Amino acid sequence: MTKNRVVITGLGVITPIGNNVSTFWNHLISGKSGVGQITAFDTTDFPVRIAAEVTDFDPLNYIEKKEARKMDRNVQFAVAAAQQAIKDAGLELNQIDPERFGVYIGSGIGGLNTYEEQFKVLLNRGPRRVSPFTIPMMITNMAAGQVSIRFGAKGPNSTSVTACASGTHCIGDAFRLLKYGDADVMLAGGTEATITPFAFAGFSSMGALSTQNDNPTKASRPFDRERDGFVMGEGAGVLVLETLDHALKRGANIIAEIAGYGMTADAYHLTSPDPTGDGPARSMKKAYEEAGLNATDVDYINAHGTSTQLNEKYETLAIKRAFGEHAYQLAVSSNKSMIGHLLGAAGGVEAVATALTLKHQIIPPTINYENPDPDCDLDYVPNEARKACVRTAISNSLGFGGHNASILLKAYEEVSQ
Amino acid sequence: MAETTFERVKGIIVEHLDVDKEAVTLDASVKDDLGADSLDVVDLILQFEDEFGVEIADEEAEKISTVGDIVNYIENNL
Repeated sequence: MTKNRVVITGLGVITPIGNNVSTFWNHLISGKSGVGQITAFDTTDFPVRIAAEVTDFDPLNYIEKKEARKMDRNVQFAVAAAQQAIKDAGLELNQIDPERFGVYIGSGIGGLNTYEEQFKVLLNRGPRRVSPFTIPMMITNMAAGQVSIRFGAKGPNSTSVTACASGTHCIGDAFRLLKYGDADVMLAGGTEATITPFAFAGFSSMGALSTQNDNPTKASRPFDRERDGFVMGEGAGVLVLETLDHALKRGANIIAEIAGYGMTADAYHLTSPDPTGDGPARSMKKAYEEAGLNATDVDYINAHGTSTQLNEKYETLAIKRAFGEHAYQLAVSSNKSMIGHLLGAAGGVEAVATALTLKHQIIPPTINYENPDPDCDLDYVPNEARKACVRTAISNSLGFGGHNASILLKAYEEVSQ
Repeated sequence: MAETTFERVKGIIVEHLDVDKEAVTLDASVKDDLGADSLDVVDLILQFEDEFGVEIADEEAEKISTVGDIVNYIENNL
């Protein structure tokens, strides 16, 4: 069976530090924090009052008013990011085979804004008043559905719902569909919009969120000893993936190659990572093995790095398990120090950042890194972006439920190594 | 009076279906001429109920085809 090489030819993002790829990247390498006081709802009774919100997003820049009203915020983000990615890839939709054009966009939670709004209607006004759009706006697969409708993508279409690993699973699964010949082009990534009272009540009850309400831009501090929880973000990241043959035939600009994917489960606990780091270690190992590479070939890891005590301790351990002594040679950084944790969108946005790292040969920093933690003793690219030779990079996403996903991206070369 | 109800109905339709004011005539079919699908129709019924304080039963809602049907129903049931 012929296996296709798969390349990345277009990128699109909606993020707390920029609603297009160039603004996002410039802010990412200048170390800008997107965290501030929550404006989306009244936080008076909430222990956590900070988040990384998307600002200045007008869905009407992308979607007609009638259709935008029928989309949850997470779906609006996905449609916007997909439209940017299609444009960036120079894809002429009337010149590709719609039946071989697919979508794989995930979300951890889906239409929580819609759910909360309509549940209030149910309680306050009764079942007859609930909007007929409640279910189609709320369900988690609707980003993939709406994107296919808008862009006429009639090929493979699905959604991965694996909490904070959703985006990376979608990209990995789309990569496999292309590799094994099920499609020519895929829009893949993740989206999330859960800066809502219900989400903050639930995540706060778990003690998962940073409570640094008075110092928002310093709150997300992955790998720093004083990290005290993640900061919720929102947004979307969507990539155009296509087979190398398809990209070459249409003369596309190739940003990077995606060459490996690993997914594993901890099979340990509903929220805590396995303290041996075994699950993510195997996930990373599978990603470089599928690419036909050795541990020592990997230059950079775009870490899950949530800013929680447990994640960074065990993700660091997992990197050491997967890479041995080479763990101390490679660079590791967390975009979440700036954009917060975008849950199911994290893998989408961070894959975009990883592709741009390969393109520009600049590693975005981990900001707010001030206090070394003896458990976290790798090179986390503290506080300042770094020019570096990055040929091969892995992006990790680890989700509640023990889902681990890693994708391997590498600089595109005509002859595969 | 008739015009007032019609104007208010028209305003809701223009807002929710994003159509031109001129397209919303008494004879216009909500589905065929104004592009509403079955979910849009249910959504519009909820909006009319809120705006006019009437209750439009499901079996009545099914009979509604044109903008004129809506206006008549509302005026007869206010």
